[in-house]
Amino acid sequence: MATEFELNGQPVTVDIENDTPLLWALRDDLDLTGTKYGCGIGMCGACTVLVNGRAIRSCITPVEAVSGASITTIEGLHPDGQHPLQKAWVETQTPQCGYCQSGQIMQAAAMLKDFPEPTDAQINQAMGGNLCRCMAYVRIREAIKLAAQEMKEARSTKEQETGAATNE
Amino acid sequence: MSKFYRYLNEPEGIKTATNHESDERLQVSRRGFLIGAAGAGFTLAFFRTGFSFAQPEDVVKEGSFEPTIWYQIEPDGRIIVNIAEAEMGQHVGTALARIVADELEADWSMVELNHVDSDPKWGLMVTGGSWSVWENFTPLSQAGAAGRMALIEEGARLLGVKPDQCEARNSRVLAGNQSISFGDIVSRGNLSRTYTAEDLKQMPIKPATQRRLIGRESRALDIPDKTDGASRYGLDAKVEGMVYGRPLIPPTRYGSTINNIDDSDAKSVKGYQQTIVLDDPTDTVPGWAVVIADSFHAANKAANKIRVDWAAGDTADVSEQDILDHGVKLIESPDKGSIMFPDDGVDEAFTDAAEIFEQDYITHTVLHVQMEPVNALAYEKDGVWEIHTGNQWQSLIIPVLAKALGVNEDKVVMRTYMLGGGFGRRLNGDYAVPAALASQKLGKPVKLVFTREDDIRFDSPRSASYQRMRMAFDRNGNPVGMEHHATAGWPTEVMAPFFMPKGANDVPYDPFSIQGAAHWYSTGPHRVRAISNDLANATFRPGWLRSVGSGWINFALESFMDEAARHVGKDPIEFRLSLLKAEGKNAGEAPNSVGGASRQANVLKRVKELSGWGEELPKDTGLGVATSYGQERNMPTWTACVARVHVNRQTGHVKLEKLTLVTDAGTVVHPDGARAQVEGAALWGASMALHEGTHYEKGEPKAKNLDAYTPMRIRDVPEMELEFIDSKEVPVGLGEPATTVTGPAIANAIHSAIGVRIREIPITPEAVRNALNA
Repeated sequence: MATEFELNGQPVTVDIENDTPLLWALRDDLDLTGTKYGCGIGMCGACTVLVNGRAIRSCITPVEAVSGASITTIEGLHPDGQHPLQKAWVETQTPQCGYCQSGQIMQAAAMLKDFPEPTDAQINQAMGGNLCRCMAYVRIREAIKLAAQEMKEARSTKEQETGAATNE
Repeated sequence: MSKFYRYLNEPEGIKTATNHESDERLQVSRRGFLIGAAGAGFTLAFFRTGFSFAQPEDVVKEGSFEPTIWYQIEPDGRIIVNIAEAEMGQHVGTALARIVADELEADWSMVELNHVDSDPKWGLMVTGGSWSVWENFTPLSQAGAAGRMALIEEGARLLGVKPDQCEARNSRVLAGNQSISFGDIVSRGNLSRTYTAEDLKQMPIKPATQRRLIGRESRALDIPDKTDGASRYGLDAKVEGMVYGRPLIPPTRYGSTINNIDDSDAKSVKGYQQTIVLDDPTDTVPGWAVVIADSFHAANKAANKIRVDWAAGDTADVSEQDILDHGVKLIESPDKGSIMFPDDGVDEAFTDAAEIFEQDYITHTVLHVQMEPVNALAYEKDGVWEIHTGNQWQSLIIPVLAKALGVNEDKVVMRTYMLGGGFGRRLNGDYAVPAALASQKLGKPVKLVFTREDDIRFDSPRSASYQRMRMAFDRNGNPVGMEHHATAGWPTEVMAPFFMPKGANDVPYDPFSIQGAAHWYSTGPHRVRAISNDLANATFRPGWLRSVGSGWINFALESFMDEAARHVGKDPIEFRLSLLKAEGKNAGEAPNSVGGASRQANVLKRVKELSGWGEELPKDTGLGVATSYGQERNMPTWTACVARVHVNRQTGHVKLEKLTLVTDAGTVVHPDGARAQVEGAALWGASMALHEGTHYEKGEPKAKNLDAYTPMRIRDVPEMELEFIDSKEVPVGLGEPATTVTGPAIANAIHSAIGVRIREIPITPEAVRNALNA
């Protein structure tokens, strides 16, 4: 059965079994391999993508469930891979083996929408489902805070500019 | 090739007969170096041992140089460093390239890495044991220096000045106001040179003070691709015309046979093709079948509908307790096992002792659960078998693949990918065998994907261990003798028995399963007995897992040292310091263990200062210490850790509040990478102590996915304070040492906090409650 949805801003159609997990549709049918398989039961977070802006585990989400939805994967988070989170991940040298990091970054991207300036407790809660077997957790936390800071500064610059524009 | 050979020439404890003629380290020092034209650029490489000097161009063209270490300089100035080591998160390519680039005086932004595929000419390909930087430091420095000298000579000629008027910096050769780039020298000059081993030894290696890259902060070259999904792992491998496979794994690791396969229910699954039975002449995957389909989803779905009737092997009912009980029986049979560290006078010390203190320790099965479940893509192309997968030890599995496929080893090539976690799991490449067999049987490319459950059932776990520690004391409470008896499943015996040295009683032992026991404490005559648990070996294929034996050995040793200290009424740090005397066999020797036990004492003193040892703490909160020499006695990484825990007496829950770690790893090549390795390794140790562990049940691990196997999460991470001792000594490994100390430090901290001793890991809330109620 054909399923249509928007993927990283582009309309796509996949003609596969309806119960195929979105993960395998992305990886094997749409050639976006940045999203990873780790456990198949939604417990590790390596397969995290955004569906209509919310973080979901693509390994347990059948493709039919995202019909008509807008999906963002690590490849589409930023056109040049320069989302504040991606830059912060490099700045803090967070990835070791790197396999879980697409999922970590996508989960963090969703969290920062809800909690633009997350506390440690909020990070623990939002990121608790994302396993990093290299145990790069210290840096993941550091990177999230760094990205949040950059995004905050960008917002305040924008507000000032907007404010200046309004005053004129 | 050689890390193992070299290690075996100088194993821990006893000195075995050493054939210095075959010592690779000496061979390295006898190798010459060459620079030869290659395309538009130049290749810089070592001569192969035993090869007479020929024209550098011919050697480069034929590829008959020693290729484990070589690099190229291109006319556009790019410097490509070829890396035969597996990249699995340790940024090893970055660390190795920086050694070359520093001596070469290269512009770091022009340096690129190339991860090479397997080829017999690379020699032994294995990445493990935290060896990579340690074993490559001197040859890479010489290789860089030789390149620099050649570039200076040629640069001087092109500038019309004398070489001694020139220096190299930032990929340019400078002479007063003039300068020329490395790229221009390559384009216009002729760098061809040969250097004898003697010449190489004379190469002016820069003093540590003039290093510009080693020891400075820099970014790892593999990281950016790991933030945007571009990095390619084994699971991402693809080839035209491939089909997908999921394995059907029998109930026992060995000895199962298939009576019947009923796939009638699977036939309704769209995309399901067939199920094939594997015939494996290597016995790597006996009793296996593979479900073949158009997509992984179809293979997975079909596999769940297929009923296989297996005749199970002998170990179908083996439990964790069976394995541990067998361990006790082995320990209590004095004739079993291999004796290493056979000091004279151990029996006399115990006979004459004023007091003997003895304790037993248990560690349970630990799974790798590397994030990327194992997988492999296999196919034949032009008579050569292509194996696409992430792997740490190509040289171990290629002969097995060749035998399985019935071809010569030169007809098997392994393509290199990033590893979604190694931790030792991918030292054992057994997962490539079923992919190759399935592809051969089908006559088309097969991408074999293991689900997490498959990966765990087929894991080579860290074996459960049982250990008995004994110490003899004199009248004044001073140790005068020590015994350590350790039994576990032995990975090296099962997978690479040719690497087992013999103990004093002529019985071979797995060096990696007893590492850590040959400690640097002066405790009088010392006997270490290593015993292979044959029931464990028969039930599963024991694996090398981050730090291997040092993980379980140090849990027993460092818990016991703590107990021994308290037994004689001494402070656990002061007790240890009094035994780290750097005398006799513990004095250390050049180059790797200069300073010996005094350097271990130093990290211990430093961690005491940093951790606030002895200060008042809140109720049910305690500090515990542990120290080790990391991985190998002849390549010590001096490590000390203090853990602070709070214990909830009602629930038995242990909260790890802080880890303080001090490491002396000699020269630190890549400081940020070093910190990352210590952070990860320390948390691994803590995770194994508090969050992980499973039990064998009916011949299989009880936990089969991440709902039941629960490694540390971000919320469990303690505050961490890390320090490295500033040192110019030989750089040693960092990937594993911190793993060895956090577990015992936590157990010791629990004792400080609530006065109960846990002698078993993982430390469960139930065990803590039981100990409190006992």
